[in-house]
Order: sequence, then structure tokens, then C-alpha cells
Amino acid sequence: MPRLEPSSTPLSEPFWEATRSKQLLVQRCDECQAVVWYPRDRCPSCLGDQLRWIEASGRGEVHTFNVMRKPGNPMMADLTPYVIALVELEEGHRMATNVVGCEPEEVHCGMAVEVAWDVELTDGRRLPVFRPVG
Amino acid sequence: MTHPLRGQSAIVGAVDAVSPTGSLDRTASQLEVDMVRAALDDAGLSIRDVDSVISTSGMMASLDLAERMGVRGRYTDTTMTGGSSFEVHVEHAAAAISAGYCEVAVIVYAATPRSGKNPFAGGPSMGGDLPFLEWDLPYGFGLPASSYSLAARRHMHEYGTTSEQLAEIAVAFRAWAAKNPNAYRRDPISVDDVLASPMVAEPLHKLDCCLVTDGAGALVMTSAERARDLRRSPVYVLGAGTAHTHGMSISQMPDLTTSGAAVSGPNAFAMAGVRPADVDVVELYDSFTITALMTLEDLGFCAKGEGGAFVEGGRLGPGGDLPTNTNGGGLSYTHPGMYGMFVLVEAVRQLRGEVVDRQVAGAEIAVANGCGGVLSCTSTIVLGTESTL
Repeated sequence: MPRLEPSSTPLSEPFWEATRSKQLLVQRCDECQAVVWYPRDRCPSCLGDQLRWIEASGRGEVHTFNVMRKPGNPMMADLTPYVIALVELEEGHRMATNVVGCEPEEVHCGMAVEVAWDVELTDGRRLPVFRPVG
Repeated sequence: MTHPLRGQSAIVGAVDAVSPTGSLDRTASQLEVDMVRAALDDAGLSIRDVDSVISTSGMMASLDLAERMGVRGRYTDTTMTGGSSFEVHVEHAAAAISAGYCEVAVIVYAATPRSGKNPFAGGPSMGGDLPFLEWDLPYGFGLPASSYSLAARRHMHEYGTTSEQLAEIAVAFRAWAAKNPNAYRRDPISVDDVLASPMVAEPLHKLDCCLVTDGAGALVMTSAERARDLRRSPVYVLGAGTAHTHGMSISQMPDLTTSGAAVSGPNAFAMAGVRPADVDVVELYDSFTITALMTLEDLGFCAKGEGGAFVEGGRLGPGGDLPTNTNGGGLSYTHPGMYGMFVLVEAVRQLRGEVVDRQVAGAEIAVANGCGGVLSCTSTIVLGTESTL
């Protein structure tokens, strides 16, 4: 069973389209310069409406993580066990994601990770996940 | 100076319906009305006295329920903050009663996820175009444990909290449940039992997670003045506070180790004019062991990061220094999806001195703390007996 595929919205479409070319985007507010994740149409820091897409470095560290031994939703059954993490990126925002490319036992808070594009969705978009650096 | 709302309203009726089988043989709609009737009987009031219906299950929930009970209200509330909804309702009703918007309010909850349809399947937490669906669910979130385990791990990382310490919480609440004939799980457990139970979302084991049972409850509130003429000893609302930090995406939680109770707790204590050390009994939302641990820290029973050591040695259990979740909690008594109602009902029962076996002797001040969403919204109610006014 394929994992649940997020629907793209007019708001998030630039993010999802960029994943086809393995680019990780994030928004920055033109008015207050806040980095904004997840995508919005108004800035959660100053309520400004000028949010610009920028490319994120794709590097960060694991802020926290778990090891899902029971699938969190039915579509994850074939992938269990898997690691859910909150990764704090160099730009300062925290993304929910998966850590792949290592054993769950190797993941730790503070671990340096980089974006990986292993997960391709059926329509060619990719779901950004993270793997250990190096 | 005494806060103008302190002690101006009271809970005068409090009932719940919970079965040791985990299942109830009535529908949620039937249970709602039955709970209202039972709570009004408890108070010595009738449905004709009610001028405010407060409930949160479904579209225009309170209007629908009021219609089914023939109530034309002059104040209503359907605030939905997940499991903390009922503490928020008490806070709102206390303010409304004190301001004269209404005089007798009923607060109701019923859900039958064990015998009926799981309220989370296709329910409000999964509906609409929530960011959760687009940015969290594809990564395998969904089970509440998937989010709470992230808080547990971060707490362990920052403060050295251990799985053994979290297990102490489950063990203490189970020991209380052993004294509660209606509790779903009553067999004593040990720390080793918790650690040996299957991992759900590391570092949380199955026994770190709350139950799924049917359950229902209701509260009746009125003014302090009217409360004194009623059947039962009033349990006064001394203080109340609410705080929220994010919605359904735990990636948006500013500090994974601190819940809104760090704000709602001090605000409620300040309004009540009491300190944590004055509290005789604590009833708190234990969706997971980590929820209880963070809540104890955030309410000020111990310093941030010291919760692990604080709960060791059976401090929360029968005979401990800080009797907590004396009904067995969401971990062992009942958890129909939004446990906050049962937190309040047990706090009232303890202050009335009406429970057997598990009564905390001489309890005069209780704290009831709700926590809803994914550590998203907390609400703290400080309750007291007549002697605390």
C-alpha cells in the first residue's frame, strides 16, 4: 500500500512542484523576515501577506524523534518500524519528517541530517525526508 | 486582593457513567441526556432550572442537545479544545454565572468509541484542510502516540528522564484504579510490566498510553449563593486558567517539554490565591505518562526537568505525598477520547468526601487539569470546599 500522498493546494503548489527537481523550499516574510513553516498565505509572526519562497539549505539536526513500532496510520503498515522526527533546519524552522538511511537505533537528538529525496509519489512529486550527513 | 470571580460559582452536580467492561449499552445521545438528568438529580435541581447547555460533540452540539431536552437557553458554549474542553467550559460557565448571563449551566460529554464508532475515525481532528493532513500525516503520524512520543524523547534528551520514571506514573495510577470498581484496568502492574509491554511509538510503551473505552459524564454549575440551598456540599471554583500553544501539528509546539499548563496553572493558582503546596489532590489529564509528568512540572509541583525524580517512589499513588488521578486516570479508569470530564468529576467527588476506598482524607483543595489536542491546549481549574472561601 503506498503511503498517504498529500494533496497540493494553490498555496503549497510551489513547494510541491520544486520537489520534482529535488529543491526544498520554505517561505520567508518580506515584511518581518521570519522564516515560515508550514506554508501559509499570511505570516504567523506579523500577519503580513508578502511571503516569498526561498530555497532552504536542506541541512539541520534532529530535534526529537520516535520509532513507530505500530503504524500511525494504516498506509504506513508496510513501512513499520519507521522514524518520525522533527528536524530543525539551518534556517531555524522545524519540519515533521522521517529519518531514513540508518537503523532506528542510530538516530539521536542533535544528529546532523540532510534532506533526501528517496520517496517519490505516484505523480512525480517527492516527499522530503532526511538522512544522516555523510 | 481577592479575585472577583474566586468562589462566586460552584459545581453542584457531578456524575459519570463508566463500566469495568469498557463498554456502555446506550448510545452517546442517550447517555448525554441521562447524564444531565443524573447530574441534576445529584444537585437537587430539574431540567426546568437549566438556562445554559454546554457541550462540544458535533455541529451546533449544544443547541441540538438543548432541543432534545426542551431547554431554551440564554447562554451557551461549544468550545472545542479536545480533551481540555470541559475545563474550558467550567472556566466560561464560572465567568458567565458570575456576570449574570445564566444561573444554572450543565456541561455534558458522552462517547462510545469501544462499543461504537471510533470518534477519531473521520472525526473533526482529521477533517477539513488542516495542515496536519498535508504536512504531518504523510510521514506516518495519526496515532496520538506519534506526537506525544516526540515530547517524551525531547524531555529525556534535555533532562535525563527515563522510561522507568515514566512507568512509575502508570504504576501509581493503576494502584488507584485497583480501588475503583468501575475502572477498566485494575490488576496491579510494576515498572517492569510497563517496560515489557509492546512499544507503540518509542519511547512510549503500550502501558504508557491511555485506554480506549466508552464513557460519559456531566456537571451542573450555579452561583455560590444558590449552591448553598442545594442538596450537595458545593464545590467552589476558586481559580481557572487556559492556555494554548499550537494546533494539531506538534512541529509548531514552541518547546516540546513545556505545555500550556505553565501558563494556565499559575494563572489559575493566582486567581485562587493558593500555591501548589496547598493542594490536597490532583486530577490531571494523562493521555500518556509523559503528559502527566510535564503537567506536574508545568503546574509547579516540581521544577521543570525534575518530574522524573519527583514521581519516583510512589509519590502519586495511594499513600504518597501527592495523591494524583485517584480514579485511575485515563491510563486505567476510562478514556473515551476526551478525558477532561472525568478529571473534574473525580475532583468534585474527592472534595465532597464521597468516594470509598480511595478517598483522600480531609481533601479541601483540588486541581483539575485538562490537556487537549497534541499538548496543544491546557486548562486548569482550582476547586475548593466551603472551608477554603
